[in-house]
Amino acid sequence: MSSREVILGRIRTALADVDAARPADTAARVYASQSVDDVVAHFCEMVADYRATVHRTTDAATTVAAVLADEVVSRLVVASDLAADLLAEVGADVEVVVDDPGKGVGLSARDLDTMDGVVTTARVGIAATGTVVLDHGTGQGRRALTLVPDLHVCVVRVDQVVADVPDAVALLDPRRPQTWISGPSATSDIELDRVEGVHGPRRLHVVVVD
Amino acid sequence: MTASGRHPGTIGAGEGALHHPDVDFPHAAATALADSQLRANLGHATATIRDKRAAVVAEHPHWHGLRAAGAGIKDDVLARLDVHLEELERQLQAGGATVHWAADATEANTIITELVRATGATEVVKVKSMTTQEVGLNEALAAAGIAAWETDLAELIVQLGDDAPSHILVPAIHRNRAEVRQVFLDHMASAGIAAPADLSDDPAELAAAARTHLRDKFLSAKVAVSGANFAVAETGTLAVVESEGNGRMCLTLPDTLISLVGIEKVVPTWRDLEVFLQTLPRSSTGERMNPYTSFWNGVHPGDGPQDVHVVLLDNGRTDVLADTVARQTLRCIRCSACLNVCPVYERTGGHAYGSVYPGPIGAVLTPQLRGIDTPLDKSLPFASSLCGACEEACPVAIEIPDLLVHLRTKIADEAPRYDLQKAAFKAMKAVLGDPDRLARAERGTAVARRVLSRSGRVAGLPVLPSWTTTRDVPDLPERSFRAWWAARADVDGVDGDAGPCAPGEGS
Amino acid sequence: MRVAIFPTCLGDAMFPRAPIATVRLLERLGVEVAFPSAQTCCGQMHLNTGYADDGLDLAATLVDAFAGYDHVVGPSGSCVGSVRHQSADIARRRGRAAFADDLDDLAGRTHELSEFLVDVLDVVDVGAFFPHRVTYHATCHSVRMLGVGDRPTRLLDAVRGLRREPLAASDECCGFGGTFALKNADVSSAMGSDKARHVVNTGAEVLVAGDASCLLHVGGILSRQQAGIRIMHLAEVLASTEDEPALVATP
Repeated sequence: MSSREVILGRIRTALADVDAARPADTAARVYASQSVDDVVAHFCEMVADYRATVHRTTDAATTVAAVLADEVVSRLVVASDLAADLLAEVGADVEVVVDDPGKGVGLSARDLDTMDGVVTTARVGIAATGTVVLDHGTGQGRRALTLVPDLHVCVVRVDQVVADVPDAVALLDPRRPQTWISGPSATSDIELDRVEGVHGPRRLHVVVVD
Repeated sequence: MTASGRHPGTIGAGEGALHHPDVDFPHAAATALADSQLRANLGHATATIRDKRAAVVAEHPHWHGLRAAGAGIKDDVLARLDVHLEELERQLQAGGATVHWAADATEANTIITELVRATGATEVVKVKSMTTQEVGLNEALAAAGIAAWETDLAELIVQLGDDAPSHILVPAIHRNRAEVRQVFLDHMASAGIAAPADLSDDPAELAAAARTHLRDKFLSAKVAVSGANFAVAETGTLAVVESEGNGRMCLTLPDTLISLVGIEKVVPTWRDLEVFLQTLPRSSTGERMNPYTSFWNGVHPGDGPQDVHVVLLDNGRTDVLADTVARQTLRCIRCSACLNVCPVYERTGGHAYGSVYPGPIGAVLTPQLRGIDTPLDKSLPFASSLCGACEEACPVAIEIPDLLVHLRTKIADEAPRYDLQKAAFKAMKAVLGDPDRLARAERGTAVARRVLSRSGRVAGLPVLPSWTTTRDVPDLPERSFRAWWAARADVDGVDGDAGPCAPGEGS
Repeated sequence: MRVAIFPTCLGDAMFPRAPIATVRLLERLGVEVAFPSAQTCCGQMHLNTGYADDGLDLAATLVDAFAGYDHVVGPSGSCVGSVRHQSADIARRRGRAAFADDLDDLAGRTHELSEFLVDVLDVVDVGAFFPHRVTYHATCHSVRMLGVGDRPTRLLDAVRGLRREPLAASDECCGFGGTFALKNADVSSAMGSDKARHVVNTGAEVLVAGDASCLLHVGGILSRQQAGIRIMHLAEVLASTEDEPALVATP
């Protein structure tokens, strides 16, 4: 007998007491999304609370360019399907490298490690927790793109921001890869004292576009 | 099945030197209590995390509802675990993952070792995972000539220092910053990139040293091993919740990803995660949300590992499931909130529990997974004052004190007939169970009071050394409540069973 | 309203001051109190050590003794907690379903002292007088099993002359835990010593709690340390009046 059959058999024996007619989903869900007065303002506040830098703007291209200049980025990587207008104001001194694994021009991990930063869009922003969610669709690139470079500039439109986790879960497709990001990488492993900056990008800028 | 009626296998070699089945909890705890540095480290760390957790739980207006929903969802899962696992398997396979089933630790280690060998790799990077510790995967891989690099900062500290984990979330909680610095200076060089010679004990600098040390390993890794916090049956989605980005590195960069997942990690639907993604971070690191959560669903073309395996692990979990009272232990999402609030854990640390699962949840989970055979495992359910702080903090409402009592009952039921403690409790019951005998014993107490002590206080009573080492025996009362009541009734000439109380007695 | 006192076996034999004060307090508030003497022990220590059947046999003495009473009042969060939240569940697990129903019925009528005063008698100011500095330890089972909340401190704060000093980590376990104090004496002592240190730091003259067991444990440590702090049960403080003051002697 395979271990699969052994384990499933053990489970069925163990559950001999459970009524087969028990309804499948009995858990009471006496909770709701937290209500937030001004969702976008709260989102900005919570993102900043976890030590990301927040920029609220009506002019994404100018803000992105200013962030890259401030952070002294000379080699920038982006996904091939990032909207070109987001980089319209980026200075000519910045080398923009396009990652496009679908066309066989994907960067290796070591190549990515030579990049100063990455600019992406996002799928959802969550106000209550200060989270940006990437589902690695249009403009967001594959997962490694926003992981290896030390700087991540993430552009979120105000209409993408929801109040709380359940609202985000309802919008997301669990068959896509996802990365939920709440602030720059951090650890509390030494004396449970939180310090920012371990393996993921140590600097996170969230550009919130009205 | 073994002679004791349990499934073979259970907890594997992972605990190494940590697991001394003959040293029971009270003795291990005594050693820990004598280590003042350890107590200072633990006291500081647990106080910090307790306050953070309390703040983010208190600010959530629907916490009680989330907690009840989390418990309910897990109970639903357990009630039809076979159905959910079969669905999970189908969905994982549909997503391009290969699914393996491991009945015990040995089988899990064999499967994973063979998978790594098949890639030709001689080293793997690891995401922090309790299940891989539980089965002793690193030791098994080492025996096969494969180096397993722990990449979580605390796991790295433990691994470099040849130490044992003492906490579910923060395995190096027993180490302070100065000790961590020394471990890095002494041991990083032999494992790869050395720590900078001028390394200070600033946590940010220590984290930076870990980043540098592990960077090359991440960029060159061919195989990663992870666990999973959740596995969604309806979609085959796996989740890893983390902070540092080491998880993302392991889940994203290598060609091959092997995830060892306990069978209780399954949840029925994607929507169920809306509950746990709120309760887990708040309970574990005391944050509204942890920095990174990754989801994947088998193989994603052009993104991440293209060779994806999931090993579903039993290793004693079906034994827990078979106990209708203790089944709820399997709700556990390994947040470690119960450790952080436990007054016993705070003072002894994790090593005294002799298991990768320490603290209150360990005291109920370990004996169930391992069986209640050794002096250590027999002592674990008693390693609690039953204060209830653990249950109150548990985000899936596991009734830990009640389960501890349940396990104590199992131990008492199986004790030999002439067990000394059993005899003592029988004798006590004979007195307590009969009002007349109790009254006689109370009169004896009054006599003892006169005999034993001039002041009524007994300083060093030889029959109770474990009490009197640090505590005085209380003043024995002049007479019992029962005697007082009877005397008062006599004065008033009323029936001893009822009636008004005469003033002037008592205080 | 037929009210019975449940002194608990520990209160009866080792700490009669608490149940005696409870009787005097309730009578002062106009409640007629009975002591059904067939009661002995709730069985909690046996239940918590794993001797389920022996513990349930002991709990049976309460079921019989308290039959016919509307309210049972115990000056102990722990023993009342066992009656209310433990014994019936264990009885069901041992296959004693009918007895479990009896225990449930008893549980519905059983109150910890502060609950009875605030919820049943609807009184917060019991007319007590106690001109001393006290600090209050919230015992585990009163807080987490019964959920007495702020009832005890509301009662204390209404006592004339009393000054209540806040106790750090007031709801952290003192380390008694029944057989835990003997089976894990080292950890128990470490917890108790920390509790005693917090108590000493308040500068209070008296440590007050709603459980004699915890008081005896912490009191034993305070006494060993010659800390000069007396232990008193909540009932004793509430029973104290100008006419019949509770004595606060140097311990």
